[in-house]
Parts: sequence; structure tokens; C-alpha cells
Amino acid sequence: MMTPLALGVLAGAVLSGTSLLYATLGETLVERSGIVNLGLEGVLLMGASVGFSVTAVTGNPWIGLAAAALTGGLANALFGWLVVLRKANQLASGLAMMFFGFGLSALVGAPHVGAVIVGLPKWRPAWLAALPWVSASTLFNYDLLTWLALPVALLVWWVLFKTRWGLGVRAVGESPGAAYASGRNPAVLQFQALGFGGVLAGLAGAHLSLSLTLTWAEYMTAGRGFIAIALVIFSKWNPLRAVAGALLFGGAEALQLQLQARGSLISPFILDMMPYVLTLLVLLAWGGSRRLAAPAGLGRTFFGSE
Amino acid sequence: MSETALRPILRPILRHTLVAGAALALFSAILLVAGKNPLQAAADSFRSMASVYGFSELLVRMTPLILTAVAVALPSRLGLINVGGEGQLYMGAWMATAGALWFPPLPRWAMLPLVAAMGFLGGALWAAIPGILRAAKLVNETIATLLLNYVAPLIVSYSIFGPWKALGSSAYPESPAYPDAALLPTFFETRVHGGLILALLALLAYWLLVDKTRWGLQMRAIGGNAEAAQRLGIPVAMFLVAALALGGGMAGLAGMGEAMGVHGRLRQGLSPGFGFTGFLIAWLAGGRPLGILFMAFLFAIITAAGDTLQITQGLPFSVVNILLAMILFIVLARRPGASR
Amino acid sequence: MLTVRRVSKRYGSVLANDGIDLTLNAGEVHALLGENGAGKSTLSKIIYGYTRPDAGEILLGGEPARLRSPRDARALGIGMVFQNFMLIPALSVLENVALFLKDLPLVLDQEGIAGRIRAIGGRFGLQVDPHALVRQLSVGDRQKVEILKLLLAEARILIFDEPTKVLAPHEVEGLFQVFAALKAEGYAILFITHKLREVVACADRITVLRQGRVAGGFGPGEAQVGTLVKMMFGESGGEAPAATAPVGGGTRPILELRGASARGAGSETTLQGLNLTIHEGEVLGLAGVSGSGQKELGDLILGLRPLTGGSRWFRGEDASSWSIARLRERGVAFVPEDALAMAAVPGMSVRENLSLGTGAVYRRGLAVDWRALEAAMGASFEALAFPMPPLDSPIAALSGGNLQRVVIAREMAHGPSLIIALYPTRGLDARSAASVRDLLRRARDGGAGVLFISEDLEELAEMSDRLLVLFQGALVGEFPRGSWRLEDVGRLMTGSEEVAGV
Repeated sequence: MMTPLALGVLAGAVLSGTSLLYATLGETLVERSGIVNLGLEGVLLMGASVGFSVTAVTGNPWIGLAAAALTGGLANALFGWLVVLRKANQLASGLAMMFFGFGLSALVGAPHVGAVIVGLPKWRPAWLAALPWVSASTLFNYDLLTWLALPVALLVWWVLFKTRWGLGVRAVGESPGAAYASGRNPAVLQFQALGFGGVLAGLAGAHLSLSLTLTWAEYMTAGRGFIAIALVIFSKWNPLRAVAGALLFGGAEALQLQLQARGSLISPFILDMMPYVLTLLVLLAWGGSRRLAAPAGLGRTFFGSE
Repeated sequence: MSETALRPILRPILRHTLVAGAALALFSAILLVAGKNPLQAAADSFRSMASVYGFSELLVRMTPLILTAVAVALPSRLGLINVGGEGQLYMGAWMATAGALWFPPLPRWAMLPLVAAMGFLGGALWAAIPGILRAAKLVNETIATLLLNYVAPLIVSYSIFGPWKALGSSAYPESPAYPDAALLPTFFETRVHGGLILALLALLAYWLLVDKTRWGLQMRAIGGNAEAAQRLGIPVAMFLVAALALGGGMAGLAGMGEAMGVHGRLRQGLSPGFGFTGFLIAWLAGGRPLGILFMAFLFAIITAAGDTLQITQGLPFSVVNILLAMILFIVLARRPGASR
Repeated sequence: MLTVRRVSKRYGSVLANDGIDLTLNAGEVHALLGENGAGKSTLSKIIYGYTRPDAGEILLGGEPARLRSPRDARALGIGMVFQNFMLIPALSVLENVALFLKDLPLVLDQEGIAGRIRAIGGRFGLQVDPHALVRQLSVGDRQKVEILKLLLAEARILIFDEPTKVLAPHEVEGLFQVFAALKAEGYAILFITHKLREVVACADRITVLRQGRVAGGFGPGEAQVGTLVKMMFGESGGEAPAATAPVGGGTRPILELRGASARGAGSETTLQGLNLTIHEGEVLGLAGVSGSGQKELGDLILGLRPLTGGSRWFRGEDASSWSIARLRERGVAFVPEDALAMAAVPGMSVRENLSLGTGAVYRRGLAVDWRALEAAMGASFEALAFPMPPLDSPIAALSGGNLQRVVIAREMAHGPSLIIALYPTRGLDARSAASVRDLLRRARDGGAGVLFISEDLEELAEMSDRLLVLFQGALVGEFPRGSWRLEDVGRLMTGSEEVAGV
């Protein structure tokens, strides 16, 4: 029914898209509160590095995963301290976080380069494995993070749009003045969004080193953080659309790998460009109306003098 | 110089020293936790920089940083945020390579300006795209330059693995070596190359343009109040594109400098984050030319120390990014509410 | 219900409130009347807890009230409808209201809240669709949402700060009906305004403020327009100066719009096929409620907005595709309402600001000929009898009035033949406003054409040699001086009467 190529791409899209989705969900939460963290790349690296190192030392990937989540939360908290409490420039702070992530992840991971670890266990429900076209591929043979990816996206969506807290976060992202006038503390809400967002980013990073590849290498996120930032825009700050976008962007990467394995002549680099070019094209298509989709509070820093 | 004139100069120097000191202290603490000796690291770094060659290496590192900083600073006078220095750098290198490889052989006095012009053009065009998008109010330039950052190195990689693949090359994919005429001259047996002169000239040109010319006044007007500027007849859209293009061209020159002055051929990984570092330099310097010079030098010292640390202490080079980050954190945390 | 007793507040050298006494009763509309700068907004800020008084106290139901912040005020049932609404355009009405509810559950009960909005809306004449996004609503509807927010947050005392400023006349009627409904249910309303006619129409009790003090108070049915005017302005009166007749002859057109159209994007108004002429030596007034397209029309004439149809003529030449710079060169000047926002660059010095928008006049190679500029600008300041501020001072440090003067001096320096004045007196104190009007009249007397855009019909009556009425992007009325009444123009402004005289 489905060609091996298509299956391979689909399977790869899900695997690759998992960390992308978590990162995007985390950044969506943060941006909904009016903050942009350009240093997401650094946070992902820190999560990957700490997750791997702790797993190598303790031999238990779950502890590593928890450590990664905690690291992500702390990193974002540091970012929050700079940006919310000290009112520092968000773009510069984000880039500083990126550099910090580069360095700290390298430092933490250096002693463990080349270590062999037990990654996150994967399983596949028997009834799915029985299907002929499934058993041949890696489809549905997922670790916990991938299985929970869709539910987590739904949860983030529900929290943002159906709860009191989510309404407050969105209000802060649109108009801190109005949020303050309603008796809320914008800074507290932003820190909370940053905290949860950081945990998600930490998990995203951990998935890379504990599941997708069972290694640690410097800069291993290879720009995923920036793809996630693009994806947040691409999905109009909506967690549900992010799922589709993560599949799409993850699929591009998977397609590239499959084609390379098959000795295809299509350059992998062209495919690598896809996420960025697609996002740019989508932004173009929205034209000026894109502004209506973005949380108004992002305007000041992200959108400069526009 | 009188007493009172000295104090305003003394205070910022004191402030900068305190910041540097605090950052170093934090960094040393982290090194200690990692089981390394920070004093030894400092001594090693200092020793390697103290020689003539060591100092010349600093100049080599500074060269692209000055240019990428101007690439950010110039558009920032108009309120534009250019985080695309990386991409513009790569496209500058790419264009310059195209010039060096495609044009018929020319003597050096013709080839060098040509290649430099191509480098500038590459970066300028790459930045003009977001510029036009911004002027047409379609896409914000922060996002557009950020996205294009990642497309440019892929174009370079594609070219190196494809049409420009050097035959019989080693493990590293790269372009064929440039003809000698296209290489920037180096000075006194060091790696310091002609790009440094370009960088300093660019810095001078930036200062003159913004502070002394009519155009600079209009640019600052746009940066201060774009609506008022437009109402007063300033052709804002044209200036927006021109400023980004000029800035991109500077970054393009940095790329050309790295390719033609340091590596001698087009490679992947031409820029270990020069574009982003340039953004931070420009930001720390507040867009001021002397500040850019000073900050670029400072960052050169830090990255040089990183190399030393890798060799003598067995730390990955990337660790020096922590020190960079510390400096930035401290500066960012100290300025309450300063924007841009 | 609420008593203000001997409240005073000083801001620097200005005594904004001086021993004010005021009583708000339930079931009453209490109007706080006074000119701009009389101290009304200071007092309202004190009642709402935004600022604290230097002396005096606020009593609620006889007990002293601790109002340290707006939160305290809200907890005590005091609500305020600001001039600039505290609404979030991207969220729905329901979400905006929910944000301010006191008992919002963890999980939003959207249908329940929607139901309450509809119920209260129906009761007081504040119907809005709870699921509509605020940015899709008209200004009048947004105000309704603001009121709903307060009502659902259980405020019993409602303060309205200049609520009719942004409303069309029929919407004002609607608001007064809402007041009546609220009054009937025992709410107390404090209605802050400077518009006499409205006060007489709807207020039960009136307190007049002048220069920070209570100038007088009236109970139900006691007030008379004449007495009120005297109280607001003092004996020297706020009489408008006698309207001066235009200079005879000189009917050559400076600017013509023939069938001009300009598409408006988003919330902007589209202009359709406008025919308009501005002559030498005339002040052409433009009336209309806010949002009728005045700004768009002004921008169209200035060259800021491209023509999507028709043509623009300047002194007989087709200027349809001229750039802003070219128009300015040929003598078109712009006097805006908010100089700092529209005509000056905050980060620059006075000198640098004076050099902007002067085109090629002061060029010297790549730089600016500062000496020539300073000389010319100095002459302009002198001709206008304005004091010239020190040229190196940052322009943002100047007061509003001084800033406006710098902009005017710059605009007038080259003897413009066409002046577009967009709400030029908005936000200015009475003396500065009069001075601006005087200046524009003198320009007219000197042969310039002036397009005078204003929301103040009395001001328009005083200034206009001819009056045009703009409604939803079309010209719906034209009146020569002295031939019109406020009510007629008012009706045209809101589209409730057929096109007249165009």
C-alpha cells in the first residue's frame, strides 16, 4: 500500500519531528507570553548534553530525561531573569543564551563523548505491529516522548485557550498593561510560561541524545532551535498547527536522509533549506496580515520599529 | 587633559573593567568546578598572546568581527535589526569565490578589487532581500535575516559538494584553491591579511556616513521616528533597503576576507558564528565605531584564549563561549530597561 | 455613596486639585465639568486609586476608603472607563471580560460567561456579540465592552472619563440611554467631560471645576448653560473671538482633488471619488467624526498616501504622482496634532530637527549647511514672534507647546502656500490653541490656503471660510461661512441626512 520510501519518510518524520515539536511547543508558550527566546538552540543543546551525561553517569535514561527537563527549565529561568526582571534586550539576551548553551553543553558533555548509553526504551503495541506495512518499518516503535507528543500538544493548546492561566498568559503577551489592570502580575505569568517552556525545550534536547541518536556531539542540534522558532511563526503560535508543521519539517529532513540512502541525486542541502524557505514563503503569503496572528507584545522586540 | 575632562573617560573604562573582572571571576568558578585551573589557563592564554605572532593572530580574528559588527550597526541607525550576518558573510564568500573561479585570470591589482566587489555584492544582495521585504511591509527583517542565515551556508555547501568540488581533495570538502591573484596579501610573515585594511576602512566609512553626511542624518531620523521621517519627505523605503544592503555588503566583505585572506579556498564552516558575534559586538558598543573596535579586540582575545584552552587544558574550544556569555549576561543585567 | 472630602493634589508647581468636595449618590448621574486642565482627570485618578491625594480623604458609604491602587478601588466596587480602552484587540469580547472577572474558575466556562454578557447587555442596552473579536468592533461597541467588564466585575460606582470624545452623536444618545438604565438600577455614575450640552442633557447633579477648585455645584434641574459657561471660564469668559472675514478676491485654486480615491487598509477609511478645491487666502474647514477619513484625506494631499483613482492638482499642475518631498518643495506644509509623534524625531536636537524636511535647500556637498539653516530658521522664529529654544537641546526635552512652535516655525520658514493642519490644537491649553488658530489665520491673510481639520465644531465655526463635511470617506456637505448650524452639520457627520450643497 505504502511504498518503502513513503513509509520511511513518515517514520522518520515522526522521529525527527518529536524533538522539533517539543521545542516548538515550548517556544510557543514563551512567545505567547510576549517573549522571544532566540537562544532556544542553546537550551536544546544544554538539554541534550545534560541528558546524555547524566544517563552516562547513572546508567538510567529516565534520570537523564528528568535532569534535561530541569536544565531546560533553569535555563529559561535564567533567560527570564535577564529579560523580565532586568528588562534586558530580548534579542541580545537570546543570542547570549545561545552562546552560553554552546559552551556549557560542550563543557558538560566533553567527558562523555563517545560513551555508550542505554537510551529511552521504545515499544510498539502488538496489534499495530501485526499490520504488514508497519512491522517492516520503524513506524509506531516509539519512546515515551514520541508517544506523548500529540497529547502534550493538545494539553498545551487546551491550557492556553481553555484555562484561566492560559488566558492570563495570552493577555500578557498581547498587552501587559491590560493584564496588570486586571490584577495579574505579568512578570509572574511570564516566568511561569518560561518555566514550562523551558522544561519542554529540555525534553526536546534530551530526545535528540537519548533516543534519536544515542550520542553527544557539540552543536548536535544543528540549527533545530532556529527551525523551531521558524515553526512557531509558521504555525501561527498555535500548538495544534505546530504538530502539522513539525511533521512537515521533520519530514523534509527524513526525506533527505532517505534520498541520500538511496543514492539520489537531489542534493541534501536543498532539502535542508526547506524549513527556512517554506517559512519565509508562508510569511510572504500572509503579507501584512501576519501581524494579526502574532501576540502583540512580541512587537516591541521582535518586530523592532514596525 | 584637565581633571574634569578625564573623569568622563575614566568612568566607562572603570565600568568596562569591572564587567570584565566579574565575568572572568564567574568563568573561573565554572572552570574550577570542571576541575581545571583557571590561573594556569589565564597564564597560558596570556603567554600565547604576548608574542608578535600571538598579537597578529588577534588581528586576524578581529578582522571579520569588525565587519560583521558594522553590518549590524549601520542598519541599526535606522531601527533595523540585522541578525543575518552569518548568511551575508557566507554569500559574500560565495560570490567572491564565483568571481575568483569564473573570471579569466587577471593581474592582482585588477583581481583583488573585483573579488572584493563581488564579496560586497554577495552580502549586499543577500541582505537586500529582507530589506525589500521589510520596505514592502511584508516580512519583518529580524525574522527574514534570521531565516536566510541558514540558507546561505547550505548554498555554499551545495556548491562545494557540487559544481565547485575540488578534485582529489582531502577529507574536507572544499573548492579549488583560488588563483594567487585573488588572494589577499598578508603582512610580515603573519596571517594578518588585507582584509584588516578593508575592515578599518569600512569602520571609518561607517562613522563618516552616519555622523557627517546628510544621508546619515536622514537615516538617524528614520531610526528615531520613521513616520515623521516619511512625512518630512525622506524616502524611507529606499533608505531601508540601502541600509540593509550596505550592512550586508560589509558582512560579505568579511566572508570574502576569510575566504581570500585566511583559507585560500571556499570551505564549510567558514564562520564560527562571526555574524552573531558581530551582532553582540555592535550591541555592546551601542553602534559606536570606537566601541566596535574595542569590543572586536576584546572578543578576539577571548576566542584566542579559547584556542589556547583547548590545547593546554584539554577543554573544548566551545567552552570559551561561556565566558562570552558571562560578559553579556553581566552587561545585559546591568542596563535596566535599555532597549536595542 | 461616595464622598470626596477636601482632596488636594499637587504636581510640582501646579496645584491640580485644591480642597475639592464632591458627593456621588446611588442612582444618579453626576457630571464633573471643566475645561482642559481644570483638574478633572487628576481627581478621577485619585478616586480610582491611581494616585494618592496629598490631603483629604475619600469616604465610601460613610467610611474612609483605603485606595492604594486600582485593585483596591475595584475591590470596593469602583470602576473606571478610560479614554483609551484597556482592551485586547486580538481576544474576543468574552475573553476580555473574563480577564477582569472576580470569580473566574480555573477552567474557563465560556458559555456561562457568554450568557452573562448577553443578559447584562440586554438589561442595560449594551448588546455585543460575546464571541466577536474586539478588533472587529467599532469604537462605540468597544466602549460597551469596557462598561460590561465593569458591570460583570460588580462595580457599583462607574467613572466615565470623556466617554463621548470618540462617539458619533447618535452613539452619544445611546450612551445616555445606558446611563439612564444604570441609574434606574441604583448605580452611581461620575461623568467627566468638558462638553456643556451633554451635561445639561443627561446629568442630575453637576460639579464645575476651574483651575483645580470647585467653582460651583448644581442639583437636579438647577443648571443653566449661561451660568455654567461663566463658572467654567470665569468672568473673562470663553467667548470665541469674532470670526474674521476672509481676504476678498484671490480665488485661485492651490490644490484640487478630482475624483480622488485612496484605498484604506485594515481599519483605515477608504476615500471614494473626492472632489475638493482649496483656494489661496482661504481656510477650508473639514468636519467629521473621528474615523471618517480625515487623516487619510490629509495624507492623500500631502502625498503620503497614493491615489488609487482620480487626480491631484497643485497650482494647475498634475501632481498626482509627486513625492512627499516634491510637494514640500513646492510649498506644502503640515501642522499635526502630536508634533513629537508625527513631525519630530525625539532622539535628535532642535537644530537637527529643523534641518529635516527642508529638502535640498541647505545642502552643502554631502553635509548640511548649518549656518544657512540657522539663519533662515532664526528669521522664521522671529517672524512668528516665537522664542527660539537653544538649538542643541534635545527636542524631547521641550514642552508640548514649545515643540509645536518649533515644528510650526520650521513649516512656515519657506512661506508655504498650502498648510494642512490636522487637529492642530488638540491637547493644547487654551492660550496655545488660540495662538495656533491666530497663526493660521495670518497665514491665510498672507495668501496661503489652509485645510483645517478639527473635531471641534465651535472651532471650525470660528475658523472656516468654507466648511466641508466628511463622512465615511465621502464629502457630504459644503457650507460657506455663517450659513450652517451645529445640528445640521452634526447630522451630516453621522450620515443621518442626505448630501447637501456639494
